[in-house]
Amino acid sequence: MRNDGTAPREEPGPPDGPGRRRFLGYVLAAPTLVAAAELAPASRAAAADIPSPEITELLDLNDVMTAAALPTSGLIRVEVHEDGTVSFALPRAEVGQGITTPTSMLIAEELDVPVERVRVTLADARPELLFNQLTGASNTTISTYTPVRVAAAVARQRLLRAASAELGAAVGELTLRAGVVTAPTGRTVGIGALARQAAASRTEQASVDLKPRERFTVIGRPQNRVDALAAVTGRKKFTLDLDVPDARPAMVCRPPTINGRPGAVANLDEVRAMPGVTDVVVISTGVAVRAGTFGQCVDAVRALRVAWKPGTAEGKSDASVQKQLRAAELPMGLPPLTPSVEGEFTFAFRSNSALEPNCAIADVRPDRAEIWSSLKSPIVAQQTIAAQLRLPVGAVTVHVTEGGGSFGRKLFFDAALEAAEISQKTGKPVKLMWHRADDARQGRAHPMARSRVRIAYAGDTVLGYKQRHTSVATDLGHGLGELFTAMAAQLPVGDAAFAQTFFQLSQSMPYDFGANSRLLNETDKGFNTGSMRNVYSPDVTCARELMVDRLAARTGRDPYELRRRSLRDDRARAALEKVAEAGDWGRSMPAGTAQGIALHTEYHAVNAVLVEIDCRPETVNRPVRDGVTGPRVTKAVVAVDVGLTVNPRGLQAQMMGCLMDGIALTLTSGLHLRDGHFLEASWDNYFYTRQWNTPPELEIIVMPDTTGKPGGAGELGVAASMAAVACAYGRATGTMPTSFPINHDTLSFTPKPTVPPIPASPTDGLDHVR
Amino acid sequence: MPKHTFRLNGEQVTVDVADEERLLWVLRDVLGVTGPKYGCGINVCKACTSHLNGRAVNPCAVPVGALKPTDEITTIEGLADTVDTDLHPMQQAWLDLDVAQCGYCQPGQIMAAVALVRRVAEENRDITEADLDGIRNICRCGTYPRIRAAIRAGAAKM
Repeated sequence: MRNDGTAPREEPGPPDGPGRRRFLGYVLAAPTLVAAAELAPASRAAAADIPSPEITELLDLNDVMTAAALPTSGLIRVEVHEDGTVSFALPRAEVGQGITTPTSMLIAEELDVPVERVRVTLADARPELLFNQLTGASNTTISTYTPVRVAAAVARQRLLRAASAELGAAVGELTLRAGVVTAPTGRTVGIGALARQAAASRTEQASVDLKPRERFTVIGRPQNRVDALAAVTGRKKFTLDLDVPDARPAMVCRPPTINGRPGAVANLDEVRAMPGVTDVVVISTGVAVRAGTFGQCVDAVRALRVAWKPGTAEGKSDASVQKQLRAAELPMGLPPLTPSVEGEFTFAFRSNSALEPNCAIADVRPDRAEIWSSLKSPIVAQQTIAAQLRLPVGAVTVHVTEGGGSFGRKLFFDAALEAAEISQKTGKPVKLMWHRADDARQGRAHPMARSRVRIAYAGDTVLGYKQRHTSVATDLGHGLGELFTAMAAQLPVGDAAFAQTFFQLSQSMPYDFGANSRLLNETDKGFNTGSMRNVYSPDVTCARELMVDRLAARTGRDPYELRRRSLRDDRARAALEKVAEAGDWGRSMPAGTAQGIALHTEYHAVNAVLVEIDCRPETVNRPVRDGVTGPRVTKAVVAVDVGLTVNPRGLQAQMMGCLMDGIALTLTSGLHLRDGHFLEASWDNYFYTRQWNTPPELEIIVMPDTTGKPGGAGELGVAASMAAVACAYGRATGTMPTSFPINHDTLSFTPKPTVPPIPASPTDGLDHVR
Repeated sequence: MPKHTFRLNGEQVTVDVADEERLLWVLRDVLGVTGPKYGCGINVCKACTSHLNGRAVNPCAVPVGALKPTDEITTIEGLADTVDTDLHPMQQAWLDLDVAQCGYCQPGQIMAAVALVRRVAEENRDITEADLDGIRNICRCGTYPRIRAAIRAGAAKM
């Protein structure tokens, strides 16, 4: 049933229909209608011989991910049920980015059923999909846009044929609308009643047309999230909400320094005898307890007396890591003979913790294992867990659950691996939860980095742009590495290491700045790192945009005009012009307040952001208990062009979230490394954007589609948001910020102890009822 | 172990747990009521926000022994039953404005919003920007502006 792998295969258009494209899908043998298509659309992957200084225009990360799947991808299936509903198991993770909604919309569009009748669930790990079950790089809609529609179109075709027999009318005379087929006579039949007749007794190939864009009635119109009702009624189930038989609460007593190892436990028996405790076992990352409630786990973890061995970052602090980064910096080369501007920027470690902490359920038996967790790389998780448990991969079932946020965190499966180890060692099912303090201190962090930028110019002409980005090593060991290895020979970046490859593929240069070179160097693998939403781009773009502002100041030009005239791409220019116009760029503002403007391109998409910031003392020093106030972004205007937008309301939601991330990255949120551990252990230590930091005025503009193809959205908006806030801050205060977040030198909280590793549960809740 | 009794979403419940067990774990681990979420366990993130006799409370910081038999705990699961419609107006406003992203914080956000609206109504005033700035519930997806808009819309119908 497989074709030659270039799927969904596109056939040459018929002679009478220029631009009409036919696609190949399948009808699978099943009792009711199951239509299928191969997941990866034909790649835009590109001839490596096109000369261009911009590798990202030739081939970006998304193309690599899409192309990697081509020869190996399995089928995705759209199923029509007798109750008239349509279901689809999406081989991706829903972690809040809202991919189940546009996926439902694609099916509803092509099948002409109401969105409410499409049920999109998350597929278990499917090893046969190989690289094609990785959720990342804002790739989901880019890679599923065509195949999902092809499968739905095959289903539609089969339903119409079955209806033709049922209603005694030619297929061409039938209309399918809202899940009902109508004949010219007025007779109707619902798709549920056709689900059996439309089924195939043996698997067949089918060739279909896709609905032309001018006939879209669902795609491109604002759609509320398909899981919204479940979310607002408390019915949406996350991993910790699942009721798996006998999977009792479990937590881990963790070391006081990063990746410390457990030594002797002084009071094992005493803790085993505590109320509710069923098991206490030493595991590779600490000492695990299993009990009747998480409250009992907290008490047991706090009671454990463990001798800890050193970790992988012993004695290290922000200052010492910064020194390492300086030492690892690639040379900038000789200063240019022409005038230039140059800057150095430092970015602190940042936490990519979601609100849902690391968690997983594991039920490990001697011959098999079952795992439940929100996983963006479930196949790698399955393989790694199987290896750790010494079980065949096929004996490990991995269920992908709905995730309570990711921001990069759920690319990894630390909790799933740990839960499997605990379940194996106790011989019982466990529901593992990391305490917030664990999540902040031992969980993954976006690496500390430094970026140096030099822009050489003569008069109004920019001659060259150089950026040297130096970072603590980012762990990409969640499947992207395997993907790049497989694709390495086909990538026009030679044999560069993964990280450099990723860097080159994800970092664009939207400005015509002459000869440009951007290089990454990494150092120190001693930290638990992982890319945070938008990976390298926020830091790299922030440094670049600040230097564009500096260049403008040095050469007496307006920052917006300099950008506008330097942009190489019409889409980027249109987005920039849109925010300048909607945000009234250049309006007169009081001293201590200012506008900032910035631009970023990635994922075949463009984002421009204009913000206004208030840095006056009465604002900066406004009181908030246990919070960081600081400068406030008072207004933001965001323009986004992702090409074809499937769901504008969802796109606006993603841009809103990205803006909040960008505000946090510039103004408030960083981790402080001291003596081998992070000081932060609470949401009132790590200052992600809170209501008091949000812009009272916000406008998000979705630009008209000029490409006809979807781009990526989930991470797109972070970089320009961070940069625009930084630029505004620099213009309001007259001092370009060079260290991020800007409040990093002030510790705004009292650090919690590291032993015991988690704080006691408070008892004064009734005093705060309001 | 001691027995504790209190009212939960309109019904009297009795549990056999230690006095100091926090209400959050009584709800989630003993009674299977999972709407209130864990996000920090130290009354900071507010993901577990529920109501005690109609006011916002954070069960992660309340020992179950501190509850009286007549105390009424309302979680997100019981919010709609406090009104005559299928959904509470605040939940409906949340749907209308498509507020939720991942949804993890949303039960707590909605319960905090309802309590805020009740509080300002008791003070005979309208919700201010300062009231909205004062909401401490974390939303790591950053849907804060839609939360603010939904609170104002929901308040208008409460």
